[in-house]
Amino acid sequence: MEFIQIGLGRWLHILAGVMWIGLLYYFNFVQVAALADAGKDGTAPGITKHVAPRALFWFRWAALVTWLTGAMLLGGNFFKAFFFLHHAFYAIGIGAWLGTIMLFNVWVLIWPNQKKILGLVQATDEEKGRARRVAFLASRTNTMLSFPMLFFMAAAGHQAVFFG
Amino acid sequence: MKNPLDSLWGTVISGLVLTLILYNIVNFALR
Repeated sequence: MEFIQIGLGRWLHILAGVMWIGLLYYFNFVQVAALADAGKDGTAPGITKHVAPRALFWFRWAALVTWLTGAMLLGGNFFKAFFFLHHAFYAIGIGAWLGTIMLFNVWVLIWPNQKKILGLVQATDEEKGRARRVAFLASRTNTMLSFPMLFFMAAAGHQAVFFG
Repeated sequence: MKNPLDSLWGTVISGLVLTLILYNIVNFALR
């Protein structure tokens, strides 16, 4: 049982996490700038029609799997981490909260607004403009939060090394 | 004032600054 929770769970957590944050960095470090250039020569639909929906599919489900496997890893220590009930869980607690905020941003702010932007649901031009801004800022917020989130995930099992 | 998240480097620097702030908070809490 411990092998499934701690062994397989950690492996899946890292696999899904790499896919989630990898695609987040793709969106922010590559696609935003690429779309701006593609808009100038009329090739943007190639990205918005064929690339972005596929990337968003793996992005949002990888985010959910990352969070669920993270919760499974915490197991009985879930509340100790989230409510900082023991100093041994301070680092993972910060990482878990940042990851949770990021998951919220993915499913509540990014995905519903991307559906409007990509035309998967009906929206007026004004609604699309607003959706574009909200999705962009939520995605940039997640990129910003990913830096401390990954730091505290890395520090979680090695608090003595990271914090002396 | 411009939103730092509008620029990629503003986002990266904000992430590093936030890491530093949270590190110091946890470091202080663990003393």
